[in-house]
Amino acid sequence: MHELGIVFHIIRSVEEVGRQNGVKRVNAVTLELGEVSGVLEDYLQDCWNWAAARSDMLRGARLQVETIPAKTLCEDCGLVYPTVAHGRTCPGCGSGHTHLIQGNETMIRDITVPEEEEAESKETPSPDTL
Amino acid sequence: MEKVKILEIKQSVFASNDREADEVRRQLKEKGVFLLNLMSSPGSGKTTTLRRTIEALKDEMRIGVMEADIDSDVDAKAIAETGAKSIQLHTGGMCHLDADMTRQGLEGLGLEDVDLAILENVGNLVCPAEFDTGAVKNAMILSVPEGHDKPLKYPLMFTVCDVVLVNKIDVMPYFDFDMEKCKEYIRMRNPEAKVIPICARTGEGIDQWADWLRTQVAAWKNPDKQ
Repeated sequence: MHELGIVFHIIRSVEEVGRQNGVKRVNAVTLELGEVSGVLEDYLQDCWNWAAARSDMLRGARLQVETIPAKTLCEDCGLVYPTVAHGRTCPGCGSGHTHLIQGNETMIRDITVPEEEEAESKETPSPDTL
Repeated sequence: MEKVKILEIKQSVFASNDREADEVRRQLKEKGVFLLNLMSSPGSGKTTTLRRTIEALKDEMRIGVMEADIDSDVDAKAIAETGAKSIQLHTGGMCHLDADMTRQGLEGLGLEDVDLAILENVGNLVCPAEFDTGAVKNAMILSVPEGHDKPLKYPLMFTVCDVVLVNKIDVMPYFDFDMEKCKEYIRMRNPEAKVIPICARTGEGIDQWADWLRTQVAAWKNPDKQ
């Protein structure tokens, strides 16, 4: 359920950056989401569809999610292993002295916006341009 | 195809909340109000612990309580009986409070006549840990029937807490709860966390907890004297 709160914060951050850059409409938002960040993409997309429709700048915008695989480092033997399969115990030496090195990310990477003015000045519209 | 461009943001989802939380703390500092964020599972004894805390401290400081729940006002009513100022916040279905909701709550509570504000967060060990509310310190209550393995299952909650109250120690003989293991697991996640065993029903351990709070409130209001 925290996905809804997360979506509100994404929208707030994107609207802020959008305003600073004179953006009126956003086509897509790309997130980097760690495999063990605790954020479920399905729920996130549902919340996104509901909340983005209520923002003038984000109405109809896609939420693109790139999953970052979770990796854990064993401090005793130096092995880097996939976290989801093995958890906190190193599959190489059985040690519990391990820590997560990636996979906890919840990062707004970028937004895709229409390039309206430049499209008009530089490009000759092709027949299939909408 | 429409021509598009990409604007890089590279910002944590939580960055906007973190900025708002810092602003809440700045205002609290200016007004000399200490805000405690109290978190736990449902049924761990937050409201009972709060009533004991208010009884222990109400003669030396002015206390205001914000009860956050998805719905209902049963907790705010229970707190109002102690004589402390209290308001109920409804999260409208959300499982946690963020800094902006806390700011609105503090406005509703009014900071002019409060030294210690306590936010009773939504009963949940996952989401409240992810959102900085702007509190000066975070506390959580773990009750004996929940088991000593909770720090392993909900690591982030124990990582963000400055103090862990282990409540309902009067029923320890009836549960397989190992206090030493519990402390060890908490230290694995957070070596700095203070652990205070209490029983809110009988009042055991409340003195030590009240002492901790008293020291923290004084340090926040008068940092020079520390």
